[in-house]
This record gives sequence, C-alpha cells and structure tokens, in this order.
Amino acid sequence: MNEATLEIPYEIPEDARNPVEPFLRMDRMPHIWCPACGIGTTVNCFTRALIESKANLDKVAIVSGIGCTGRVAGYAQLDSFHTTHGRAIPFATGLKLANPELQVVVYSGDGDLFAIGGNHFIHAARRNMDLKVICVNNMIYAMTGGQTAPTTPVTAVSSTAPYGVSEPTFNLVALAEAAGASYVARWTTYHVKQLARSMQEILSRKGFCFIEVLSPCPTLYQRRNKMGDGLDAMKDYKAKSKIRNGAPTTECELSKEGEIVVGKFVDRERPDYLEVLKAQLHQSLGERYIEPEVSCCSEC
Amino acid sequence: MAKGFVAITAERCKGCGFCVEFCPTHVLALSSAFNSKGYHPPHIVASEKCSGCDLCGMYCPDFAIFGGRYAR
Amino acid sequence: MHADPRGVLTGVHFLDGDHACCEGTLAAGARFAAGYPITPSTEVVERFASRIPTVGGLFIQMEDELAASITLQGAVWGGAKAFTVTSGPGFSLMMEHIGYAAMTETPCVFVNVQRGGPSTGLPTLPAQADMMQARWGSHGDYGIIALCPNSPQECFDLTITGFNLSEEFRVPVMMMLDECVGHMTEKVVIPPAEQIEVTPRRLATKPPGEFRLFEPGENQVPEMLRAGDGYRFHVTGLTHDERGYPSMNVETQDKLVRRLLDKLKPFENGRALCETEGLEDAEVVVVSYGITSRVAQRALQMAREQGVRAGKFRIISAWPFPVQRIAELAGRVKAFVVPELNMGQMVHEVERAAAGKAKVVHVPHAGGTVHNPDVILKAIVEAAR
Repeated sequence: MNEATLEIPYEIPEDARNPVEPFLRMDRMPHIWCPACGIGTTVNCFTRALIESKANLDKVAIVSGIGCTGRVAGYAQLDSFHTTHGRAIPFATGLKLANPELQVVVYSGDGDLFAIGGNHFIHAARRNMDLKVICVNNMIYAMTGGQTAPTTPVTAVSSTAPYGVSEPTFNLVALAEAAGASYVARWTTYHVKQLARSMQEILSRKGFCFIEVLSPCPTLYQRRNKMGDGLDAMKDYKAKSKIRNGAPTTECELSKEGEIVVGKFVDRERPDYLEVLKAQLHQSLGERYIEPEVSCCSEC
Repeated sequence: MAKGFVAITAERCKGCGFCVEFCPTHVLALSSAFNSKGYHPPHIVASEKCSGCDLCGMYCPDFAIFGGRYAR
Repeated sequence: MHADPRGVLTGVHFLDGDHACCEGTLAAGARFAAGYPITPSTEVVERFASRIPTVGGLFIQMEDELAASITLQGAVWGGAKAFTVTSGPGFSLMMEHIGYAAMTETPCVFVNVQRGGPSTGLPTLPAQADMMQARWGSHGDYGIIALCPNSPQECFDLTITGFNLSEEFRVPVMMMLDECVGHMTEKVVIPPAEQIEVTPRRLATKPPGEFRLFEPGENQVPEMLRAGDGYRFHVTGLTHDERGYPSMNVETQDKLVRRLLDKLKPFENGRALCETEGLEDAEVVVVSYGITSRVAQRALQMAREQGVRAGKFRIISAWPFPVQRIAELAGRVKAFVVPELNMGQMVHEVERAAAGKAKVVHVPHAGGTVHNPDVILKAIVEAAR
C-alpha cells in the first residue's frame, strides 16, 4: 500500500471509535457481503438507531432467516439467532412471548420474509405481534446465486428467469398494511438518515412494525440486468425516489425503472398481541387468571 | 481548522465509492493506492471542508470509515 | 428438583392419553406450547389452552406446523420449557425444525399421536408407522430421543421423563403416542408435586465472556442459555464451533456431528428405558411398544399357558435404539417376535441388533386397528418350534 497517498493530513482524536464496532462481533470481520452490497449500510443505520434509542443491548435480540441479509444476526453483538429459511418471524414470536422484556428485531431478506415466510409475516402482522421487522429488499435471491424473488421486477433477468420475469412484483408495504401492521415504512440504502430515524422510531413503538429497505445487489441483480454496480444503484435510488409520507401503500408499487415511493406510510397505535390476549383472559377468567410467567430461571 | 475528521480503515475498504459520492462537501476521493485486497480506498482531498457529519460512516457497507466532530 | 405445584393436578383421574399427556407437560414445568390442530392429537393442546391461563403460561395456535415447531424453540431460547403436539402430516412438516433443534441443541418436546398413513391416511385410527421418521425424518446426521408410552398413565409419567431427558441432553425428545393410547381412557394417578422429579434448565455457570454455548460439559452436553441475560450469544443452524459461530469446514463438522450422536449413546444400553418380564428362561422374546405391547401382553400370557417360554421386552425408549440390550438377548434366545402397527420399522432395528444370532419374526399390520392377540400368539408359537 502506498502510504504517502493515504496519509491523513490531520490528527484523529485518541478515543475516536467507529460507532458501529461495539455492535459487531469484530472477531468475525470482515463480513461476507459483496463490494457495494447495501446490507452493511443498513446495519450502520440500525446501530445508530440503537445508540439514539438508548436501548439496553442485553435485552435486544435479533432473529434472522437464511440469505445474505440473514447473515446480519451472525455479525450482531447481541443475543442473535440464525434460524431456518422463512421462519425467523415465528421463532421471534416464541422468543418474545417467552420473555416480553426483550426487544425482538427480525432482520431478514425479501425472499425469506415474503416468499417462503409470507404466511408467517401475514399472521404476525395480523396478530400485531410486538416484533420489529427490517426487510432488506435487494429484489433477488442473492445468497444462492441470483434466482427470482417475488420482488424481482417484471422484465428483469434472473438465473431462474433467464428471459425476464413475467410475474407481477410483490408490493411488500401494501401487504404489510393489509395484514395489519402498526407501522409501515420504505426507504432505500441511499436514505441513511431517514432509515436510521425510522429504525429508531420502531424501537419505541409497540406492535408489528415493518421497514422495507431497498438495497443494491451489484453482483447478481445489477450485473445480470446491466444496471451498473452498487454505486449506480445508489444514484438511481437518489434520482428516482420520491418521499411521500402517508401515501396509500397500494400506490407504492415498484418496477424496474420507475419511480420509487419512499416514506412512512402507516403509523397507527394498536394494542399488541399480548395486551389483547391478557385483557381477554382477565375478562373471561377474572380472579382465576394468572399472568403468564413463561420464562423460567433454573428453578423450573 | 475543520469542524470534523474522518478515520479510514483502508484494509476493510472494498472500493464501492459510496463515501466519495455522498459526502456533502466532497472531502473524499478514491485514491490510486491499493490495499492488500486490491481495492482503492478513499483518501482525503479537502480536509478543511469536513464537518464530521459521519454520513460516510453511515453509508460504508464495510465499516471502513467514520467521521466525527472535534470536541470544542 | 420438585415439580412446581401450580402445574400439578394431584389426584386420581380418569383421563385419556392425550389429556394425561397435557397434564404431564404441565407437571414437567412446560409453560409454553405452540400448536396446530390435527387429529388425533388436538386434545393435548385444547386441554393446555384451557388449563394454562390458570397455571401461568401461554398457548398460541400458530398458522401451521412449520410455525409451531419453530415458535416453541424461540420460546425455549427465551427461557421456557416448551412443546408442540401433532400427528403424521404435521410431523412431516416439522421435520426441518426437529433437525434445527437437534443441531442447535434446543431442549424441547414434540408429541406425535400417530395415526394411519401415509399422507392423510386414517386421521382417527391408530398406527405406529412414524417410528423411523422420528429417528431419520430430518436431513443430515443427528440424534433424538423417542419414548413410547402404552397407557394414559404412561402418557403422564413418560412426558415428564421426556422433558427431563431433553434438559439433561439438550436434545429434542419425541413422545411417540398412537391414536389408541391417546384416546383410551384409564385411571391416571397424579402424585403430589413434591413426589415428581423435574430436571431444571441447566443454565450457564460461567459468566459472559467465558462461557461458550456449544462447549460440551459433562456427558458431552453443553450448558444452556436464554436471551436477555447479557451473554450476547449466537445460535445458528449452520455447522458451528464451540462459540456457536458458523465454521463450515470438515474438522468442525466431524467434531460437532459426532458429539451430537455420541452424547446419546448411553441409551443404547445403560440409559435404555424398557420393561421386561420372563427373560430368564425365555426361548422367544416379544419386542413391542405402545399400544401393540398391550395386545402382546395378552399373547404372551396365552403362550405361557401353552407352555411356550415367551418373554417380554417392551421398548420404552425407542431411540436411540437399545442395541446392546437386544444384542445380549440375541445370544441366548431362539427368536424375537416383533409385532408393530406398521409394515416393518422397529423390526429392522431388532434385526440389526440381533446380527443373525437369533431369528427375527415380523408381525406387521398396516394400521387402522390393533393386532388380534391370536396373530401374535401364532407367531410366538411358530418361532418357538
């Protein structure tokens, strides 16, 4: 390395630390994500959100499924669970119900959460389960080599749709709202400030909160579709995004070249699953009801 | 004296260019140097313009750069 | 440690196997269940749903068995003793997550009230045709423990044993009931809580930073953790090292997979659960389990009345298979007779263990009802010739 060219022309304070490092398992760095993949960017936003919300990190648990985004759990210095494909949400449900003190975050990809995991997403949203779901949408199944995802835009090429996708693209934010989510937002990895703020917001919300983040997959989606690299995707997000807070989610469809509607679309406070369940049981059983003490210590 | 500073861990950099592109005051540019993986890490070309906003740090997918403000 | 009295319905009851199983889970300390309705198992969770709000726990009916089988594991990592209940088609759906539980060494219980198969089969009629599936149903090399109760009383007692073994060995335990045992109503005695031994969750004794979640302790079993205690641990289904970090190489795979299997080896002999009778002078041994063992009991009686020296080996822990027990018997008896409500599953294990030293006579049944004792008797008499 040419030291002269990289000389820093000023002093860096002794105690300066990358704010993301306390949140990472530094013994597992470098991570496996490709150059210009946006997943790492979303992790920066998430760590900023954790810092700003002053969360007790011992009580934050992160649950991922399988895929590139699914690897986030392995890198996070939190109680973290790398579960099976599509089933992060039901695992997270059990975790949260056993210990409601935990802040349970599901961090997974579009294929994992909406293809194989679609049914579980729907029901957790319907139940308003107190889970914070961050979906990194790179519009492809990246880890396995670039197959079609339900979010891959029409006419885009993938390894299982070599002549172009013809299936309609899944509108994730519309599904989230329809299924009953309390908070629904979409950003891109270009919108780092807004994304971090949304992530911070959901950490203080109760109920099923969903954030979709569009992210480049330069190695597979971008390259196969001759859309440049990750930086080109980021510039594209900047040029084509329109912030429309409160927009009807049904009007937020995504396409290969079209406008990208971002913003916070839904933010409605509703009692979450446990609140409703307990109220119902109190009502039905009166004094006979004993509040759940599901998580035992070693005395059980 | 600039308001902020940027710290770069060149060995982690994979040359994606996000920090260079999205720094609001164009403090950075990709250098012609290589790190041991063969990527061109960024270098500072306008240090006096750095506000320490840490946007570079938020964008970097490889956790290879961050910004901070000098204490006053 | 004694059972928590809040979950123990002490008394003399008249219950069917499904209901008794539910009481077993509560007595064992289970305070979380995730389920999905499937005949003939549903009553277990129906009763749990009815009982748990006055005991202090949670039941959630999930949207499918795929969800139920992983939700219970999330609850375990949140600190709960948890289980699910199903039958054939649901058991098939749960297979990936049984493998996940084995790989991540998650202590939990899966109850299968077996019914006629394959596919939708005979939802309301008995079979014992999921026995091999219990052992081999998920992909890859892993081990589980499977227990076979043959009465409502055993549905209560052995469920507690199942939970205890899952904690001791950090392994998923399969309770292999069948529709007959599940739906038969008999006297069930539930003792006072102080007389019920439960194995507590073996939480880490070392502090965060020192403790490794997959580092084997005594008996090749690591201690356990739960989220929220400051350990910042990681659990993955990928091949992992002792820290729990993915480590996808040949050495780690060899070490991990061997340990997952080796930790259960005691069940091949010393820890095997079985009930034996008349083995001292036996020339023929009837090997059976579950409801078939009740029918076999009658056949054994009739055989002895006819002068045939027939002995009983009732399998209670079916997996790991009590290889050494059968092998030892094979050296001194003429034949094994293996009646089961399937077309041949555990009989192959008996053949394997006997290794040619004794004849193995198979008495299959496609399921739907129990054997006629005369059929088993005939096999015993012929084997004795």
